[in-house]
Amino acid sequence: MNYLFKRLALLPPLLLVISFLAFVLVRLAPGGPFDRERKPASPEIERALLARYHLDEPVARQYVRFLAGLVRGDFGASLKYRNHTVADIIAQGLPVSLTLGLLAFGFSMGLGIPAGFYGALRRGQWREHGVALLTLLAVCVPSFVVGPVLVMLLAVKWSVFPVALWESPLHVVLPTASLGVYFAGKVARLMREGMIETLRLEFIQTARAKGLSETAVLLRHALRLAVVPVVSYSGPLLADLLTGSFVIENLFQIPGIGVFMVNSSLSRDYPMVVGLVLLYAILLLVLNLIVDLAYHLLDPRVRHE
Amino acid sequence: MSDANVQSPTARAWQRFKRNRAGWCSAWFLAGFVLLVALWPAFAPYPPDAISDAQFHPPSAAHWFGTDVHGRDLLTRVFYGARISLLVGGVGAGVSLVIGVLWGAVAGYVGGRLDGLMMRIVDVLYALPSIVFVIVLLTALNGILDRFQARGWSGETARGVQLLGLFVGLGAISWLTMARIVRGEVLSLRTRPFVEASRALGAGHARILWLHILPNVVGIVIVYLALTVPAVVLYESFLSYLGLGIQPPQASLGSLIAEGASQINPIRIYWWIIAFPAATLALTLLALNFLGDALRDALDPRSALDQSPVR
Repeated sequence: MNYLFKRLALLPPLLLVISFLAFVLVRLAPGGPFDRERKPASPEIERALLARYHLDEPVARQYVRFLAGLVRGDFGASLKYRNHTVADIIAQGLPVSLTLGLLAFGFSMGLGIPAGFYGALRRGQWREHGVALLTLLAVCVPSFVVGPVLVMLLAVKWSVFPVALWESPLHVVLPTASLGVYFAGKVARLMREGMIETLRLEFIQTARAKGLSETAVLLRHALRLAVVPVVSYSGPLLADLLTGSFVIENLFQIPGIGVFMVNSSLSRDYPMVVGLVLLYAILLLVLNLIVDLAYHLLDPRVRHE
Repeated sequence: MSDANVQSPTARAWQRFKRNRAGWCSAWFLAGFVLLVALWPAFAPYPPDAISDAQFHPPSAAHWFGTDVHGRDLLTRVFYGARISLLVGGVGAGVSLVIGVLWGAVAGYVGGRLDGLMMRIVDVLYALPSIVFVIVLLTALNGILDRFQARGWSGETARGVQLLGLFVGLGAISWLTMARIVRGEVLSLRTRPFVEASRALGAGHARILWLHILPNVVGIVIVYLALTVPAVVLYESFLSYLGLGIQPPQASLGSLIAEGASQINPIRIYWWIIAFPAATLALTLLALNFLGDALRDALDPRSALDQSPVR
């Protein structure tokens, strides 16, 4: 509990530093939110716009204003999508991105854990090498390769699945698979090596010696410890899935928040960028915390340290 | 036992590496591929950005990989792209090597409160959405470069700075695991008798680090370097796919795949503009991963656990 408290206490100062870095970094980039296609007609209008969003003030003052808003739960207004607040846009897109991320998480775990488990049991056989090669292959085809290939084959050529958008359950299949394959391979590799390591340990011998069935040994005793590396990877995995969805949302035109991360950074939509960076940081920090706690529960050796 | 029969650890590792067929083949494949893309400009039949009327030609004797939307020869584009991807992967991993080894060695060797502080920083950085920061950084850099180009910088210089930004940005988010591993090794080496002996003989810290400690971490550093290269190549492709990395008319494997993906339409399938860059990327990553695994088995037989070098 003490540990949990310490970790929680670290969150606010960390988020403060992150928000400050993001806040300053986006403003260091040349060009403003009102150049390019949204160039106002006259310098007066531009000045009025800047004043309206308080962009004519010194950065330190703006940051204090931003923090004051944050306390009230206000991330500010988007500069590109006028009449929308950052919180609005996030509230609309986040459920979609989270759904995609969780589906892909389930996909990679559901495929990776059994594959790795199976691969570890068939040591030295062609089936082991088959599993090893397949998982390695999966790690070599990132989502932006799997995605277009799947679209080309399953959507355009054979019209099994829709090409894009996010409407029916059928629309969900291709994005989930494209995002998940790479990570399924990674999970399978971790699982396989964890299982091989675990089967070498003495408590497995003990379990066998006392006459447990092989199924019980593998499922009840070995699996629990062998899955620890996968669990400790699942925090970074979720983070990678969330950032990986930048590409997938772009490719399948899914209305999530991943698309906004890149676009708002390019169009210098300052409040949007800062809000999203903060959001990703919070998600990541909380996820990592949960993973660490799960890790402590699973491995008795960590617990007693 | 005579000296002739005693193998040095290096020789033993080399023996183990040579016995690993997949790793050995990958090493040769990569060496050949690097040589090919490095020398390609010398005997390329087409310049990389020669636009022609032959748009979307499927693979043929004249264009082995076909041509793209502007009638450019895809084989040449892919090889030029692979050149950039491999360069970014190599140099980016090199940057992560320098930062990671320095950070880890100092933390492990000095120990105490500094060690605690430096490792907490690593922990914190682990938990950050680093790629998000790289995206913000690269868009800023691209904006700055556009401005300088408008003021009369040559495209050549701007492209150079752009590459440099990619190297540093990707290296800067890839050094964390390296630092952790090096620190762990140094921490245990520091208390070993031969280091104490050297200290008793009056050797300075720099001498001990350079002569006694660093040579002993080389093996594990090589292993993680080899696993970092494919990770950086992947990051670069990811960024270039999003249009943040390499800017046109230059290409990397990631931006070529993006170009291919943007040409998907229900009327005609130009499979080659996506299949060849994608296959090249997959094959390169496969060989790099095989090589990394083989090096790990050879140099660090103890650790069987796969630790991703980049968070």
